[in-house]
Amino acid sequence: MLMESQNEKRVPAVSMRNITKTFGSVVANDHVGLDIYRGEILALLGENGSGKTTLMNMLSGLYYPDEGQIFIDGSEVSIPNPRVALGMGIGMVHQHFKLVDVLTATENIVLGLKDKGRLDLDAAAVKIRKICTDYGFDIDPHRKIYDMSVSEKQTVEIIKVLYRGADILILDEPTAVLTPQETTRLFDIIRNMKSDGKAIIIITHKLQEVMHVSDRVAVLRKGAYIGDLVTKNTSIQEMTDMMVGHKVNLNIDRPDPVSPSPRIVVKDLTVTDKDGLVKLDHVSFTANSGEILGIAGISGSGQKELLEAIAGLQTVDSGSIEYIEDNGSHDQLIGKDPLAISNLGVSLSFVPEDRLGMGLVGNMDITDNMMLRSFRNGKTVFTDRKAPRKLAGHVVKKLGVVTPDLSTPVRKLSGGNVQKILVGREIASTPTVLLSAYAVRGLDINSAYLIYDLMNQQKEAGVSIVYVGEDLDVLLALCDRIVVLCGGSCNGILDARTTTKEEVGLRMTTKKEPASVGGSDE
Amino acid sequence: MHITKRTDVKLWQSWGARIIAIILALVVNGFFIDSVTGLNPVDVYKIMWTGTFESTYNFMTTLRDVAMLLCISLALAPAFKMRFWNIGAEGQVLMGALLSAVVMIYLGGKIPSSSLFIIMFIVSCAAGALWAAIPAYFRAKWKTNETLFTLMMNYVAIDIVDVCTNTWRGSKSSMGQINAHTKAGWFPKVLGYRFTISILIVLALAIIIELYLNHSKHGYELSVLGESEDTARYAGINVQKVIVRTMLMSGAICGIAGFITVAGTDMTVSSATARGFGFTAIIVTWLAGLKTPYMFGMSFLLIFLEKGASQISSAYSSLNDYSTQVITGIILFFILGSEFFVKYKLVRRKKETAKKGGDSK
Repeated sequence: MLMESQNEKRVPAVSMRNITKTFGSVVANDHVGLDIYRGEILALLGENGSGKTTLMNMLSGLYYPDEGQIFIDGSEVSIPNPRVALGMGIGMVHQHFKLVDVLTATENIVLGLKDKGRLDLDAAAVKIRKICTDYGFDIDPHRKIYDMSVSEKQTVEIIKVLYRGADILILDEPTAVLTPQETTRLFDIIRNMKSDGKAIIIITHKLQEVMHVSDRVAVLRKGAYIGDLVTKNTSIQEMTDMMVGHKVNLNIDRPDPVSPSPRIVVKDLTVTDKDGLVKLDHVSFTANSGEILGIAGISGSGQKELLEAIAGLQTVDSGSIEYIEDNGSHDQLIGKDPLAISNLGVSLSFVPEDRLGMGLVGNMDITDNMMLRSFRNGKTVFTDRKAPRKLAGHVVKKLGVVTPDLSTPVRKLSGGNVQKILVGREIASTPTVLLSAYAVRGLDINSAYLIYDLMNQQKEAGVSIVYVGEDLDVLLALCDRIVVLCGGSCNGILDARTTTKEEVGLRMTTKKEPASVGGSDE
Repeated sequence: MHITKRTDVKLWQSWGARIIAIILALVVNGFFIDSVTGLNPVDVYKIMWTGTFESTYNFMTTLRDVAMLLCISLALAPAFKMRFWNIGAEGQVLMGALLSAVVMIYLGGKIPSSSLFIIMFIVSCAAGALWAAIPAYFRAKWKTNETLFTLMMNYVAIDIVDVCTNTWRGSKSSMGQINAHTKAGWFPKVLGYRFTISILIVLALAIIIELYLNHSKHGYELSVLGESEDTARYAGINVQKVIVRTMLMSGAICGIAGFITVAGTDMTVSSATARGFGFTAIIVTWLAGLKTPYMFGMSFLLIFLEKGASQISSAYSSLNDYSTQVITGIILFFILGSEFFVKYKLVRRKKETAKKGGDSK
């Protein structure tokens, strides 16, 4: 309360008034007003497609508002492009990093600056080191980007905007790709920036983190500004209800598996990439029918290769992946492509991590995307769009996909809607195995819970689900067993009902002695 | 002032923009013609118009050239949709034409004409397909750069045709028409022209390609592959097979373009048989956004301008080839420029926050 009264007197660092932005017939922001003060961490909340990113893109100069005014420190400004925004001290760190892999951190940071005189990389490195010590970053300015972890790359992105003198920072889903430990470290840095008098806006879907780090919460719903809350006076339930517009049940169900039997048996699976790096190292586990098997691990620990190996998209060095049919016969999946696997009669659904780069075709409409895995149906050389169109209509209706019509290219839809289409299609093929990678990444709470419900429905229908996740709270609440991957090898299979978040986190980062690995699977 | 994409453009708006563009182009050209030559621009435009519309003959030869250009564009469309940059149409057309000529020379008069046409057709298709399949195979197998590969195949084809024609003509200055006496391998006249059959063949091809791209399983596969190779593999599509298959088809249709030119228009072959249409077709296909009806429109526009330009330069001594190229260039510039205004609009930023939703389109 004290803070609020202080704010009343202070001039906001940024004040957006009556901002409206339309894309064709879609109103992304409808007369939105937003204030951000210095020395404050503001969490911007809203479901997918509620206009958070659009609003911030207008502040950072990527989009230009159709209507409305933006004030910086009380004076009205026009922000036609990101360079002007940076000149005003506004810097945005995007969800997808924009770094040149073969350059060093320093080179990336100074890239695009138009300073007079010769380029002095040593001086830049000194300045970067100063920023690091001021805020608590830990990075070597001379490391190349390709040698860096996701968290380090993010650090480079943040330093990049700080280096340019930004004092109004926008972070778009900064924790989506971080481990719990990395997230804690990032929050410490954000707090340091706050006490340095910077204004910070975080766009996120993780409400626990919002409670943890923010001072104030602003909520958007369907492009309109709903209101703001002081974080310490609110609760996750209240924020969720405000975002969604009605009461939401925040418990994740976990029905007990009904007569689970082995469906996919992975033995000593080893995969090396084209550079000879070991991606999977003698991984063994069994996925049962009627069960959700979680896969935990720091991003890049072999999750992608594991799922793609099962789906027939990854060349495998050695090991075996057997599919066990209901009648007990075994089929070896290694060496078969997705078509060969489906010709075996194995109904294997796969929700890949890269939705628009692998799971869907961005430029095709919803109907054409529905037939991506079934377009061969029918005897003629021509495609039949009747069934896919019906399915598209069904998925849109059942999962509440927000789209102008069925002929809209899917790349124009928001992340959550894209994911609903992908999951909807994969479930519609009545699979016996459902592989999913980061199924709720970037999804708002309503869509995420819808996906959890769908997973549980499939589980109860006897489907064997392999769920690669990053949110440990969700993994612990949704899955039956959890395989922890650490650097490409299996570092234990845990019972999700009895294990702890700390145990999983520890196994993600520290390799156990082989003797103690095994857990409840043995 | 900033640029935004238009949505739901109405038909009259898009055509209005195009018509205004043509009027502007004629006005600008008027100033150009008047300042350079002092001629009455309206007279010049009338002459230009006659290039295509003066007589049935002019109109039919225009259609003949449109058919040839459209045929090659149709060949390129599947490849481009697959994001395979086939820059080798010129060479593929030449190989088709060459093989047609070979069949005419060595089998002409020896077998019935219906079998002769069938053999010419098949052999031309095969030659064009082979010329396209070589770079396709290398791309599918070893990921070579298809742009350079197909481009260089053009020069190989040109040289092969030159070697053959130089051998066939012996001591004569040119080959002349093949089978000038027997007329074996010449399309029969339909409605007074031999190339009527060429036009009909291209018309049929246009319908086939339209169906193939938009309604066949093969068309779907190559569209997916063009968008993302990962998605194609995910969908169980055999990437290498689709690349080679599509390029076999693309090359075969180029081969047909060579065949109809030899049998319906030139009655002979030379390294100039393809007339650079193999390259012009790249522009046509791309500007038409790979859509068959637009490809016809673009082909017609380009041929109309070409015919008009040659009509002008033969009618006026003061307007030589270079000036006529400026005139057609200006027209093309305005017409293509109008497409920008069909797709985008310039919006002036309003100072006041008007309460009115959306601005006038």
